[in-house]
Amino acid sequence: MWDTHGRSPRSAERHRTSEVARSCVARLERTASDLRIHSRSPDIATALSVTERTSESLSLRPVARIRELYAHREILLNLIRKELKVKYNASILGAIWSVLNPIVFLAVFTFVVKVMGNSTPHYPVFLLSGLLAWNLFSVAVGNGTRSVIDNGNLVKKVAFPREILPLSVVGVALVDFVLQSAVLLLFILATGYGFHSEALVLYPLSFLTLVVFTTALTFWVSALNVRYRDVQHLIGLALLVWFWMTPIVYPGGIVQDKLIAPTAPWSPHLWTVYLLNPLTPIVSGFQRALYATVSPGGIRVLPDVSIAQLAGVIGVVLVGSLLLLLYTWRLFFRLSGDFAEEL
Amino acid sequence: MTAALEIEDVSKVFRLFRERPSSLKQRVLSRRMRAEDFWALRDVAFEVQEGSSLGLIGHNGSGKTTLLKCIAGILRPTSGVIRYRGRVAALLELGAGFHPELTGRENVYLNASFLGLSRKDTDRVYDDIVAFAELQDFMDNQVKFFSSGMLVRLGFAVAVHVEPDILLIDEVLAVGDEAFQLKCLDRVRSFQAEGRTIVLVTHALDTVREVCDRAVMLDHGRIHAIGLPDDVVREMRYVLLGGTDPGFVAEQGTREAEIAAVEIIRASGAGDGPVLRDDPLTILIDVRTNEPVDDLDVDFAVLDGATNHPVIEERTSTHGIVIERFDGKKRVRFRIPSFPYTAGKYWVTIGLSSRSTGHLFHVQTQRYLFEVIEVPRVQEHIEVVVEAEVEDL
Repeated sequence: MWDTHGRSPRSAERHRTSEVARSCVARLERTASDLRIHSRSPDIATALSVTERTSESLSLRPVARIRELYAHREILLNLIRKELKVKYNASILGAIWSVLNPIVFLAVFTFVVKVMGNSTPHYPVFLLSGLLAWNLFSVAVGNGTRSVIDNGNLVKKVAFPREILPLSVVGVALVDFVLQSAVLLLFILATGYGFHSEALVLYPLSFLTLVVFTTALTFWVSALNVRYRDVQHLIGLALLVWFWMTPIVYPGGIVQDKLIAPTAPWSPHLWTVYLLNPLTPIVSGFQRALYATVSPGGIRVLPDVSIAQLAGVIGVVLVGSLLLLLYTWRLFFRLSGDFAEEL
Repeated sequence: MTAALEIEDVSKVFRLFRERPSSLKQRVLSRRMRAEDFWALRDVAFEVQEGSSLGLIGHNGSGKTTLLKCIAGILRPTSGVIRYRGRVAALLELGAGFHPELTGRENVYLNASFLGLSRKDTDRVYDDIVAFAELQDFMDNQVKFFSSGMLVRLGFAVAVHVEPDILLIDEVLAVGDEAFQLKCLDRVRSFQAEGRTIVLVTHALDTVREVCDRAVMLDHGRIHAIGLPDDVVREMRYVLLGGTDPGFVAEQGTREAEIAAVEIIRASGAGDGPVLRDDPLTILIDVRTNEPVDDLDVDFAVLDGATNHPVIEERTSTHGIVIERFDGKKRVRFRIPSFPYTAGKYWVTIGLSSRSTGHLFHVQTQRYLFEVIEVPRVQEHIEVVVEAEVEDL
């Protein structure tokens, strides 16, 4: 009757029963936890969006993507903030450095022009109105080249829209552009150079075109540089040549005169070729908006075209830039799926 | 219950280039690129139910992190489909985006945005984050002045305040001191209580047993085992600790007699607590027969959890105990007057066999896990004889 444990069969039975009871309780608890899980929100199962990842690279749907980028705008803003902060941290003057650059430029050129003489009247205004635009472009493209590979650790460890990396570089360049433009503005006001309201219309158009073109190119070089590190060296050289191909330090009007002069040995089409550089109309737009006078004191400085004509050319560049942006963005988007692997 | 995450035959191939053509020149010159395919994942398929927690274990290089990265969208699978419902946040690295020049506060906002928190969300939980990291006095200092422990705490504090539907955690629980780890585990539990789905990659197998509902063991990119955490962890331990024996089974035998229950009685009585070193220990084994059994031999082995080497092996027969033919239940006690081995985890494997033929009735490998801790003993006060003398110089 008694087993080796000194327990009566009855108590063994009771033991077994309590085991069953315990497992029932456990099951009940489990159900309760399931219930609790479900009670979180009954509609959540239907409300949650389903995401699917496959081997195929997604094709870019710009509107949806822009919405996604907007949802991640916090990252972009934080990255720009970080970049600016880091750039000027531990420096006493901080952001003043950014502004100091054009101030020194203005001072030096004012001085040089006074001493050496220069055929271009109000040369500092002419120079800076083009140079600031160029700076935005070259800084963004130059730094943008390395934007993905320099953030390799982030790319490998965090999922976020990769476009944010080149965009943040453009953003930082934009902030500098705004600060430096403020200096130029003050200079124009302080020296009494003044504004020409009808030419000023070109400013927003040129600015928009510049930003679109810069972004397009930054997407392109940053994506390509992930696979071919040649790009960063190539870009350094290309920017140097590009700078001198664009009428920034020399007046575009003179180029126009030389190229379309009837006595010139070359074809007048060269001027058209010269204009193929998209930055020429953009920079000319900025110059026309701020420097305003085409031939001050009879000296040809800016290309001799009407504001409407110039606006038309810039408009064409804008459309071209938008198409280019669509292309390079698509390319960037396609390649960005493999960034984490390539780095 | 619906699946929060479905992995359908996912494979991932990495092309390993002996020398990656990273410039145009090389690209043009070497038409034939020497590349090898490396299958980081191969036909991996499983589901994670909504609100449940899955532990992902395996050797280094078995594909755990690759799988997480595929789910998170950092990597693209070579084939297969990954489908999930809701928002995913991946904690693959603590403090992603931390910059040494920024203050603790700024880094929190930066890092939080990478994890998908908006500025408003971060404002709301900022104080909690700081309190969790226990860094109230340092938030306005640049993090380059933080110790690595402080950085990790800050990174984790931000990480646990994200509120995704599915949380992917890669090996980040194992940071900080023990108290902080406990806090982290608590946090994971509250995630579970909130009904969030968790996929946890870790080498801490006990965490998987404690926290997860299911576990998947990957081996060279393939699923090696899938099931209840206890079973998968046991399998993992076996493979880890030297066995490459594919014939490993947690349980075997013909079951004429069965191991009904195993209990370890500590000095303080039965229970789950740790065993003190040098304390007495009793291993209690309840045997139940399904048919009359002759000549039963009961044995156990205590294995060092770190090395899987047996440190104690005993059987009833060597003690001269003869168990006659019986049908029903019996209880066997092995008493160890003082457990002499150092602090750590120990496995108990139990076996029932026939003393005369060696036939295995039932073997449970690594049936029971217990932990040994050492408590520094207070020096007892004893009389020490001290002599004193003075001499002239």
